[in-house]
Amino acid sequence: MTDVVAARALTAISLAFHIIFSSIGVALPLLMVIAEGQWLRTKNQAYYELARKWAKAAAILFAIGAVSGTALSFEFGLLWPGFMKVAGGVIGLPFGLEGFAFFIEAIFIGIYLYGWDKLSPRAHWLAGLPIAIAGPISGGFIVMVNAWMNSPAGFNYDPQSGVVTNVDPIAAMFNRAWGVEVIHMTIAAYLATAVATAAVYAWGMLQGRRDDYHRKALAICLTLIVITAPAQFISGDANARFLAENQNTKFAAMEGQFQTQANAPLRIGGIPDPSTGKVNFDIEIPGLLSWLGFGDTTAVVKGLNDVPVALRPATEIIHPAFQIMVGSGTLLLLVALASVIYAGRKRRAPNNKWLLRAILISGPFGFLAIEAGWVVTELGRQPFIIYNTMRTADAVTTAPGLVVYLATFVALYLLLAAMVIWFLRQMAGEQSAQKEGSSLATT
Amino acid sequence: MPPLNYLAAGVIVISLIIYAVLGGADFGGGVWDALANGPRAKQQRRAVAEAMGPVWEANHVWLIIVIVLLFVCFAPAFAALFTALNVPLSIALVGIMLRGSAFVFRAHGRQATGEVSIWGIVFSAASIITPVLLGSCFGAIVSGNIRVDPKSGAVNDYLAWLAPYPLLLGLLALAICAFLAAIYLTLETKGELQEDFRKRAIGAWLASVILATIALPFSASAAPRIWAGLTSGFGLALVPAAVIIGAVAVIAVWQRRYQVARIAGIAQVALIIGGWALAQSPYLLYPDITIDNSASANAIIGAILIALAIGAVVLLPSMWLLYSLFKGHNPAASGEL
Repeated sequence: MTDVVAARALTAISLAFHIIFSSIGVALPLLMVIAEGQWLRTKNQAYYELARKWAKAAAILFAIGAVSGTALSFEFGLLWPGFMKVAGGVIGLPFGLEGFAFFIEAIFIGIYLYGWDKLSPRAHWLAGLPIAIAGPISGGFIVMVNAWMNSPAGFNYDPQSGVVTNVDPIAAMFNRAWGVEVIHMTIAAYLATAVATAAVYAWGMLQGRRDDYHRKALAICLTLIVITAPAQFISGDANARFLAENQNTKFAAMEGQFQTQANAPLRIGGIPDPSTGKVNFDIEIPGLLSWLGFGDTTAVVKGLNDVPVALRPATEIIHPAFQIMVGSGTLLLLVALASVIYAGRKRRAPNNKWLLRAILISGPFGFLAIEAGWVVTELGRQPFIIYNTMRTADAVTTAPGLVVYLATFVALYLLLAAMVIWFLRQMAGEQSAQKEGSSLATT
Repeated sequence: MPPLNYLAAGVIVISLIIYAVLGGADFGGGVWDALANGPRAKQQRRAVAEAMGPVWEANHVWLIIVIVLLFVCFAPAFAALFTALNVPLSIALVGIMLRGSAFVFRAHGRQATGEVSIWGIVFSAASIITPVLLGSCFGAIVSGNIRVDPKSGAVNDYLAWLAPYPLLLGLLALAICAFLAAIYLTLETKGELQEDFRKRAIGAWLASVILATIALPFSASAAPRIWAGLTSGFGLALVPAAVIIGAVAVIAVWQRRYQVARIAGIAQVALIIGGWALAQSPYLLYPDITIDNSASANAIIGAILIALAIGAVVLLPSMWLLYSLFKGHNPAASGEL
């Protein structure tokens, strides 16, 4: 394994791991604050228990998010010093701002988790608000950095001398891609967390625990899903139009578009074969891709064949990953629609067996969509680490032995993942034990 | 006003000092977790866990701030340091990750697994290894053995940290972390438990004095730039000042005046790190990388310094709230354990 492959693999694994915890860090505080706020308003004990339960999960999930985020900040230097030498002094501002947002999160998570008995109920609820606000802001800043990698702005770079000039940190931060990327990722974080959480309570109800506690939890999560799932579809459409216009190589790789053509078809499913330049086993809808990208069925869509072979991203991975993302999003949209119809007719949270099963099955698909989406955007940028500016291979460290790091960190992430799953299962078990003992645990 | 890049370097040094006195003490807590013994071993561990619980994540953010400021304001220095010190920083990273996760696994797994758990061992081992390695990175930086090609940024030596002097500084860092933690814990405990941490503070102080006494003359050959700084100009006052403040700290512990001890302990760390920074200035990585030749554009340094100033308006009251809530009244201090 070459160093650049090892470094890319390690970065990919670290991001794939961190993105789950950071997404939960964006969305879970909102769920906590809603539950605790409802408790303050209604004095219904089920809401209080929900807030306590979600806070308990947050304690572990936040810590794992913090340490895996630290890993990434180290890995920038440990793996990609060539990238940081340029990026640090150009797109560093959102990193610094993210540091602040993370500070606010860390301070108030300490106050929130350990302050149940030290603060009045209202003050405690208020202490949750900064976490719920700083979470999406901090995530947004990091996505701004990624947007800059895809759509670099605010500097001049001479690859020969490595000299960076004309730095404009504000222009770098507010690059062309920032808006579409930040909105898409932020909605994804809420949607994925809400769906995964809803699945836990749908499962509980299917096990026969159809109590107030489960129904309230499901109602909060479904409300969030019903808002975010359609919003994500609109945001996804905006992303597609942006990419068609601004990053047409990535757009072509996503859609398996080998030839530049007018009236380009949308390819649903299928596996692109770069050696033949064809997509196998797909369903094609003529003209739809041109329409989705440019609002006109006759518009010309650029193909991968216009790009030199060495600069083509791996469409054979990117197209299927894109299909997984869109497919997952569609599933979640259908669940959201079904929930709205049910709630509209019955005026309450779902109790129907089939709908609960559908929610349970959708549980992992929000996070699957996030992971697939990152495969699309990151692999779609290759072979560049800064689009059209710096090659990934030129940014990697000269330090030896990257394969050893890769093995060590894979083992570490597996261990942490196993522990987190074990803890969350343990917590779910506590709930059922509580119910059997029919006691309200308030400590 | 000093040039922006020197201002930024100053902010980085201040952040590093804050990380050392807050985050360093959390590592020190891990030392006392590992060394917990006697009839009150369980309470000692509980006191460490109670003291760290609400604040360790916020304390940890200072490290992120240091790293971010370094790569934003002095990107080539960051790139060179993280290349040359790849090995110790990677191991320290594993330590930081295991430390944090082990802490929460243990804290929240207590009902499930009982008091004794493998995560307690992981927590204390990681708390000990990490400051030693971070300290040894310090030693490698001041040694002058890491040379950087100014054009390519290539470094000559990946093992500069693995030498007697850097490792000695690593142990010194560990001893100071343990000293700070023990002082803080005396303020959060009572009775016999408090006496336990008083004895531990004195022990850690002795260890750090012995290590510092060896390290100081060793600097003449192993860290010439620091030695020159300490033996001329303001540096001549630095070592006596550190000795006096160190003496004040240990005498205060001896006399059970723990508030005074805490202030002196913090002042001592500030003096060591601040003194190092002044002695090494203008070098970030002696002798090839300086505050001038690695600074980013003024536009971004200025922007981030303004952001810091605005952010501080929100941050400082929040931090005050956190510490006044949990450090004014630790449950361990009032025998609620």
